[in-house]
Amino acid sequence: MSLYQILFYVFASVAVLAAIRVVTVKNPVHAALYLVLTFFSTALIWILMEAEFLGIVLLLVYVGAVMVLFLFVVMMLDVNIAPLREGFIRNLPVGVFVALVMIIELALILGPASFGLDIYPSPEPAPADAGNTLAIGQVLYTKFVYPFEIAAFILLVAIVAAIALAHRRRPGVHYQDIDAQVRVRAEDRVRIAELDADKTRRGDVAGDSKANQDKETS
Amino acid sequence: MITEWLSPVIGWMSPSWQYFVVHLLLTLVIVLPIVVAVAYLTLAERKVIGYMHVRIGPNRVGPRGMFQPFADVFKLMFKEVITPTVANKFIFYLAPVLILVAALVAWAVIPFDDGWVLADINAGLLYVLAIGAAGVYGVILAGWASNSKYALLGGMRSAAHKVAYELAMGFALVGVLMVAGSLNLSEIVRGQEGSILHWYWLPLLPMFVVYFVSGVAETNRAPFDISEGESEIVAGFHVEYSGIAFALFMLAEYASMILISALTAVMFLGGWLSPFQGTFLEPVFAFVPGIVWFLLKISFLLFVFIWFRATFPRFRYDQIMRLGWKVFIPVTILWIAVEGAFFYFEVGPWF
Repeated sequence: MSLYQILFYVFASVAVLAAIRVVTVKNPVHAALYLVLTFFSTALIWILMEAEFLGIVLLLVYVGAVMVLFLFVVMMLDVNIAPLREGFIRNLPVGVFVALVMIIELALILGPASFGLDIYPSPEPAPADAGNTLAIGQVLYTKFVYPFEIAAFILLVAIVAAIALAHRRRPGVHYQDIDAQVRVRAEDRVRIAELDADKTRRGDVAGDSKANQDKETS
Repeated sequence: MITEWLSPVIGWMSPSWQYFVVHLLLTLVIVLPIVVAVAYLTLAERKVIGYMHVRIGPNRVGPRGMFQPFADVFKLMFKEVITPTVANKFIFYLAPVLILVAALVAWAVIPFDDGWVLADINAGLLYVLAIGAAGVYGVILAGWASNSKYALLGGMRSAAHKVAYELAMGFALVGVLMVAGSLNLSEIVRGQEGSILHWYWLPLLPMFVVYFVSGVAETNRAPFDISEGESEIVAGFHVEYSGIAFALFMLAEYASMILISALTAVMFLGGWLSPFQGTFLEPVFAFVPGIVWFLLKISFLLFVFIWFRATFPRFRYDQIMRLGWKVFIPVTILWIAVEGAFFYFEVGPWF
C-alpha cells in the first residue's frame, strides 16, 4: 500500500469515527471538539485530492472561526442534558424513517452506476506547480464574478440585518469615550498648585483654594 | 540531495516513503534549533528587561547566567504535575500540546534561505493563516478543562481578542498578497529583491505596523497579555497547570513569538535578502549567507517584542477590543483600497 493510500484511509476513518462521535457523545463540548476533528480530517482529504485551497479555507473558516464561536457558546451554556435525551424511543420511528429516505435518495444518485470509474475515469494528477488557488481565483473573478459578488453582497446584508435585529439602545448605560480618554492632556487632570511653605501667607492659599472651589461649583 | 546522501540506508524504500523519512529528519532539523532558541530567548528576555530596569538579570548559573534556561527547564521537569480533581483530564493535557503543535507546524512553510524550505507550497500564506486560527483552541480548551473560574475567564477573554486580531492579521496579509502576487512565501521574498526600499515594509507601512502589533496580541504578550493578567485573574488560562505542562505553554508562547517575527521578516523585511542590496556595500557583504540576514531580522523583531514588554503597561480589555476592531481593521481595509490606487498609477518599484 502506498503512502498516499495509507494517508487517505487514516484521514477517512478518523473523519467517519469522529462524525459518529459528534452525535453519540454526551458532553456538548466534546461533541463540538469531535466536529472540529471531522472538519480537520476532511480538510486533509481535500488537500490529498489536490484541492489545497478548499482544504485550507475549510480550516480557516470552520475550524478557525465558526467552531471557536460554537465552543464559546457551548462552554457558556449550562445545558441540562437529561431533558434533551427524553423521548428518544418516541421519536425513534420518525428518525429512522427520515434517515432511510435520505439513504435511499442518496443511493439512487450516488454509487458506482453513476459515478463509477468507467463513467468518470480517475483524473490525471496535476503537475507539481499547478495551483488550485490560482485556478479557482481565475474563474471566480472572471466567469463567475457576478454570482460571487452577489453572494458576498447577500452575506453583507445578512450581517447588517443580524446586527440591526440584535441591537438595542439601552438608556442610562454609561460608556467610556476612549477617544476623549486618549486625547486627554496632563493639564486636564493635574493642576500644579504653588504652595508657599511660609505659614504667615496661609490666608492667601486658603483664599486661593476657596476661589477654586467657587469656580468648580459654578 | 539529502535523499541521495541517505540512499545507502533508505534506498530500499519506495520513493514516497523515502520522501517521508527525509522530511521527518528535516522536521527535526527545524524543530530542535527552535526549542534551543526558545530556551535562550527566555534568558535574553530576562537579561534585556533587567538592563532596561537597570538591574543585572540572572547571573548565578554558569558564566553570566548562560545556563539559566537549563536550570529552569530541569526545575520544571522535576516538579510534580498536579491534575485538578474536577478537571477534564484528557482535554486538560491535550490543550498545551495543541498550542505547541500550532506554534511549530507553521515553520514548515518558512523559507530560511533561497530554496531552504521544508514545504514549498503555493498556498503558504493561507496555510500560515489557517494554522494561526487553529492556535486559539489550546487556550480555550485549557481554560475550560481546568474547571476553574479564573482559567475559564482567561480562556474566554483570550479567545475573543485572538479572533479580533486574527482578522486584522488576515487583512494585512491580503495587502502582502496583492503586492507580491503570490501566496508562496519564497516568491514573496523574491518579489522584494532590489534594495532595502524594495522590501514591502515601505509600500505597506500601515500593514506592517498592524501585522506586527497584532502578532504581539496573538502571542498573548505584553501589553496584550490579558489572557493571563496576573493582577486580575491570577494567571488566566494556565493557572491550574504545573510542572512540565506549564512549561509547554511557555515553550509554545516563545515559539510563536519567534514564528511571528519570522513571518514579519519574510513578508515585510525581505526574508533572507541582504539589507545592502543595490548599494556599494553589497559586494562587501556578499559572503554572508542569506540565513544569517534572516536570523538577524528575527532577532531584531524579538528584541522589539521584549522592548514592548518592558515599556508598556497592560491594556484594558475594552481598549484592546477597540484597537482591534475600530482601528486596525479599518486601517487595513483602507490601505487595501490605497494599494488598488497604487496599482492603477503604478507607484514606485513595487507595483
